Amino acid sequence: MNIYEQQASNRRMTAAIMVVFIGFFLLIGLGFDFFYLGYSPFPTEASYNPDGGFYQPVRSGLPVPIGTIIALLIGGGMAANSLVNGPRMVLRSTMARRALPDGGDKERQFLNVVSEMATAAGLPAPAAYIVPDPDLNAFATGMSPGNSVIAVTQGLLDNLNREELQGVVAHEMSHIRNYDMRVMTVCAALMGAIALISDFAGRTSRVGGRTSGGSSSGSSRKGGGGAALLLFVVWILLVILAPIISRMLAMAISREREYLADASGAELTRNPKALISALEKIRAAVMPTRAINNGVAHMCITDPRGSLVEEKTGFIADLLATHPPMEKRILALKVMAYQADKPAAARI
Amino acid sequence: MIIFAIVLLLLAAWLIFTFNGLVGLRNQVANAFRQIDVQLKRRHDLIPNLVESVKGEMKFERETLERVIQARTAAVAAGQGGNMNEIMAKEGALTQALGKLIALSENYPNLKANESVKTLMEELTHTENQISFARQFYNDIVTKFNTKQQVFPTNMFAALLGFSPATLWELPADSPERENVKVNLSI
Repeated sequence: MNIYEQQASNRRMTAAIMVVFIGFFLLIGLGFDFFYLGYSPFPTEASYNPDGGFYQPVRSGLPVPIGTIIALLIGGGMAANSLVNGPRMVLRSTMARRALPDGGDKERQFLNVVSEMATAAGLPAPAAYIVPDPDLNAFATGMSPGNSVIAVTQGLLDNLNREELQGVVAHEMSHIRNYDMRVMTVCAALMGAIALISDFAGRTSRVGGRTSGGSSSGSSRKGGGGAALLLFVVWILLVILAPIISRMLAMAISREREYLADASGAELTRNPKALISALEKIRAAVMPTRAINNGVAHMCITDPRGSLVEEKTGFIADLLATHPPMEKRILALKVMAYQADKPAAARI
Repeated sequence: MIIFAIVLLLLAAWLIFTFNGLVGLRNQVANAFRQIDVQLKRRHDLIPNLVESVKGEMKFERETLERVIQARTAAVAAGQGGNMNEIMAKEGALTQALGKLIALSENYPNLKANESVKTLMEELTHTENQISFARQFYNDIVTKFNTKQQVFPTNMFAALLGFSPATLWELPADSPERENVKVNLSI
């Protein structure tokens, strides 16, 4: 697979996982409304009115899925807040400082490389920051390409040569160019909303409100009691697993964006080999990046917790990691550089 | 009748979208070209400084330095002339002369130790990269613009609407950058 095919396949994967994610959220949210708040998708149903002696449509529940909407609003609000205030808070928490043109050879080089990558991407140059940390890592943040930041650690500046630095900056520039901050904010909003609903469902005392209500209203839902109970049990199981499932989905998207950033970074520099050798150096530095909080892990070039989880290439470890295993990323890049010819193995 | 009107409306809407899309891309092409121009100017301004500061140390490379200066003068003249092919050819020659100078400077440890030369060399590498990335971006945009004009069914209307394919920034056939690299492996 060449660079463009790789990018297209990563974009398709992101879209597919996003559809599953939204579907899962609707399942949880609408289920909550259905079982707890009496929401019914078909609000008008004919029922016998004994007083007047004629059929009259009677609303059997709320016509609007209030719970779903409220959860989405709260989740979205929190995510939007983190999107607006995030960059400033991240920079403050990492003690990053601005790179200066007269701050020595390496800093000037870093600034130059950032503006080169901005030229290659056809975007305004992001602000360049340096994080005082000896580990090798880098991250990007910002709402829009016009207002974004690329930060690298001091260790990365000291250990990488110009071309490798260019590869890393290209990867971060690609996160900005692909609007990954927004993608991950949508994921965070969905995750927050799902967590909210599952928390509600766990705490509310009206467990099975709808199923008991259904059997009491009798005639309207004839013989639906058993099926509804089964549905409810399945749904409750899903709710119990919801936090971990939504996390898995969000992490799957995060990993897909990493592959995409690698591929479009290679498109910017037309030099996948430099990024390969940078990734190998970063991989060799197994220390955690203490200055970088886990909250921005998905915008980093590698997981700031060090390679503890990452090197375990087991199935479960893979499912909950923000980044794909370094080995697979390097292999995918080698395929793009025509150094390996196993496109099947390069995919997840 | 109504169906006919709807079809006509859809066609008009499609034409408007296509036209606006093409106008947007045409402006992007012009802007991307301007970016290359900016970087080329930067390079022209940088060279006299560079030559001045390495002259003392690299006196045995007089020929290479001369060629850089000549190539720069020719490129500046071509830039004022404004002929696209001429600019590409002269800038290509300048790129090649500078590449040789950078490669040769590696042989001079004193130069590498010199702070101001080091700064200038970084600046030069930066400018060379900027030029090649600006060129790469320009070519990408031009390819997008041209593809958009050439795909069916836009290809039937593009010329009518006044669009023509833009030229890629290519090296002319007689460019020194195109010459085969000679590698001497004999000992």
